Amino acid sequence: MADETQEVSTPSPRPPSGRPDGPRPDRGPGGRDGGRKFFRRKKVCKFCVEKIDDINYKDVRLLGQFVAERGKIVPRRLTGVCTPHQRRLTAAIKRARNIALLPFAAR
Amino acid sequence: MQRNYEVMFIVRPDLLEEDMDKLITTLQGHATTAGATVLSAEKMGKRRLAYDVKKFSDGQYVLFVLQADGKAIHELERRLRVSEPVIKFITVRTDEEKQRLDKIRKIRESRVKRPPAGATPAEAESPAAV
Repeated sequence: MADETQEVSTPSPRPPSGRPDGPRPDRGPGGRDGGRKFFRRKKVCKFCVEKIDDINYKDVRLLGQFVAERGKIVPRRLTGVCTPHQRRLTAAIKRARNIALLPFAAR
Repeated sequence: MQRNYEVMFIVRPDLLEEDMDKLITTLQGHATTAGATVLSAEKMGKRRLAYDVKKFSDGQYVLFVLQADGKAIHELERRLRVSEPVIKFITVRTDEEKQRLDKIRKIRESRVKRPPAGATPAEAESPAAV
């Protein structure tokens, strides 16, 4: 929802430059834009796009992408993961923590 | 009631290879006598632990995939808790997840079949347009 309002507000300050900040990282942890005048591409759920059905607790490489430096689970609003997948992701990360594949808290 | 489970456990890093194999076979034996069928027992190798467990920062991971009832799992967990080289374990029930995945796969397959049928009329149209 927030993305849409920003997209609409973009043309008023600089009408022709709709896409100059293309190389901006469109998603991922810490993908926060500085100002609200920037065009931000709509984030998409990695699991929906790549059709990953099985979010397994053993797949540390995959889960690691959604864990912040200190070991926290990155919220949906930063990664763009959809609600059903975030739910499964959270469960998987917690399982992985339980068997010492992921940290509860990294120093 | 027989269900699918995964039991993953961590063995202390200084355990020798042959002792490790012995441990796995004895645990498998205990599981089968308790009424479980071990579908696979896989050594996943040595890995750095994300946090220290019993003052170890490394561990050898082992994964059992079994079909068992709750009682057998309970017994196996008890054995794991008692056995000294095992420093951590986790049991995960996989049958519900598997069912869900099979369902998704089925839906996806039925969707994959449809596009070719939809694509042929589109191809027939395009020459007419040109």
